[in-house]
Amino acid sequence: MFRNALLLALREIRRNVLRSALTTLGIVIGVAAVITMVTIGNGATAQVTADIASLGTNLLQVRPGQGFPGHGGSRSSAPPFEVKDADAIADLSGVAAAAPTASQSVQAIYGNLNRTTTVTGSSNAFLVTRNWRLEAGRSFGEGEVRAGKSVCIVGATVRKELFGGQNPLGENIRLGKLACEVIGILSPKGQSGFGTDQDDFVLVPLRAFQRRIAGNTAVRLIFVSAGDGVATEKVKADIERLMRERRRIAGNLEDDFNVRDMQEIVGALTGTTRVLTALLGAVAAVSLLVGGIGIMNIMLVSVTERTREIGIRLAIGALEREVLMQFLVEASVLSSFGGLAGIALGLGAAAGGARLLEVPFLPDPGIVVLAFGFSTAVGLVFGFFPARRAARLDPIEALRHE
Amino acid sequence: MTAPGGAHPPLVALDGVTRVYGAGHVAMWALHGIDLTIGRGEFIAVMGPSGSGKSTCMNILGCLDTPTGGTYRFGGADVGALSRDQRARLRRHYLGFVFQGFNLLSRTTALENVELPLIYRGMSANRRHARARRALEAVGLEGWAHHTPAELSGGQQQRVAIARAIVTEPALLLADEPTGNLDSARGHEIMELLTGFNREQGLTIVMVTHESDIAAYAGRVIHFRDGRVTDDAPAHGGA
Ligand SMILES: Nc1ncnc2c1ncn2[C@@H]1O[C@H](COP(=O)(O)OP(=O)(O)OP(=O)(O)O)[C@@H](O)[C@H]1O
Ligand SMILES: [Mg+2]
Repeated sequence: MFRNALLLALREIRRNVLRSALTTLGIVIGVAAVITMVTIGNGATAQVTADIASLGTNLLQVRPGQGFPGHGGSRSSAPPFEVKDADAIADLSGVAAAAPTASQSVQAIYGNLNRTTTVTGSSNAFLVTRNWRLEAGRSFGEGEVRAGKSVCIVGATVRKELFGGQNPLGENIRLGKLACEVIGILSPKGQSGFGTDQDDFVLVPLRAFQRRIAGNTAVRLIFVSAGDGVATEKVKADIERLMRERRRIAGNLEDDFNVRDMQEIVGALTGTTRVLTALLGAVAAVSLLVGGIGIMNIMLVSVTERTREIGIRLAIGALEREVLMQFLVEASVLSSFGGLAGIALGLGAAAGGARLLEVPFLPDPGIVVLAFGFSTAVGLVFGFFPARRAARLDPIEALRHE
Repeated sequence: MTAPGGAHPPLVALDGVTRVYGAGHVAMWALHGIDLTIGRGEFIAVMGPSGSGKSTCMNILGCLDTPTGGTYRFGGADVGALSRDQRARLRRHYLGFVFQGFNLLSRTTALENVELPLIYRGMSANRRHARARRALEAVGLEGWAHHTPAELSGGQQQRVAIARAIVTEPALLLADEPTGNLDSARGHEIMELLTGFNREQGLTIVMVTHESDIAAYAGRVIHFRDGRVTDDAPAHGGA
């Protein structure tokens, strides 16, 4: 009986290709939307995770205040660090390097070209902790850091914008009031998971930064890298103990600084993108539901339109359940075809979108299977009501229908 | 189910059959007590003015409808006592229908239309194709198997409908004004075809018509008026 129903259903679908295509359109769009959203969302999550991992998984960030970066920022009441704090951290056992940093947005000028960029004052430890290599030139000399010499290392974007094809090494650029010689070029890192260009960046000795750009000695961020094979939890606890001591925080008071390791930062950020993915997926799922209602709608119309056909089948001797089965099979065949088309369309759109947004294209087989199963189920559920209506028609009335 | 192949009971026996549409003071008596016996191999024409109950009676004979009162025995089985599914099975195995409006599936080839009843019988594809082709041959449409109704003339469409009705080798063929939509020449061709099936295969036929020259092909003519049989006699004139 099922084979017969399948045969009859397929003939019926073939008989009216346009109607069939319209019936499935909603499902196609719904499935495509779900697949696109979830696939791009997965890609974005993976991108954020990979970006942060590229910072180095043994990286820790120490900031004044209790806030989380990007979640309200540091509390202004908390005093900033000093270079000595970073030196003390660097002396802890298990710490490979500690880089005190201060950053500001500054206009960089070379010849008649200029660009507003991020200037960070730090030491070579910055390059170590951030796992950042030089593409050309050299890093700071010991004396240059101590004396705060006017030298700088430029990121790939700054180099391209200010120098074009020209070799910047040995040239002088102005960073606000600081005129400095370019001694090194950083290898490009690309977009960060936060959407900022990490290569739009210039590194100068901290001393030079404090004197000529910031005008104060505040250190607002210390990057710390734990030594190989050292648990970041232990380093984190050591830093917290050390800083409480140095900042003279009484035993019952809360820290006025925070130490975050990459696990936490990864967790917070991927958590956000996951929630976004889920939300977009849910919106898309609603469109899938609407697609199902579309199937029911067109099937109901088609039952009316096909009344005479149903009458013929009943007169010829089709049983009620055979007509029911045929319509159900039609609905589920259509919706699963729609599901397949939607999957193809969705994967295509996701691949295009991923390229456009520069995130990896990561199709999830689970969601593909789920979307297919759901679309078939939608056909069965929403096809049932019209199918039952068709099956219960009175053959005489149906035959008389114009 | 009793097979209507037994020798004793007549193929069709109507006993005081009534059919009332509606109820109470809006009740409409379409049939007022029909007594009718039809034997195997008969070719019957049903005539009568419009609204006299011919189609109502055909629907009951075809097990598409059940009598309000009286009994209808088909091959000895009381149709009034059968369920909807049982009546569907009766139609599937023993009845063939030809309608005034052809009632073919549109955008479906002649062959697929003729195959349809065999699909519901669960016949294998090979046997089904062979039988459908033979039926198309029998109505003179061997070259038209892959044409859809829109590509066929009215006469050809009615032939396809006849092929669909006889492909199951039914015990009874019911035709409600089969020539009603055809010109006279085409009508006579259809009648030649039906007469042939009746004579050569012993197919029992009940046919409604308004035209006496069409009725003349039948062996027996029954007249309806106001839901009653007013005349039931062997045909005069002859084919
Ligand atoms: N479904 C129905 N509901 C109510 N009345 C009906 C219904 N079907 C038929 N009738 C009535 O029953 C009577 C008999 O109708 P029927 O269709 O049997 O006539 P007929 O002899 O076939 O007429 P015609 O030659 O015009 O086809 C008519 O008065 C008709 O109005
Ligand atoms: Mg009629």
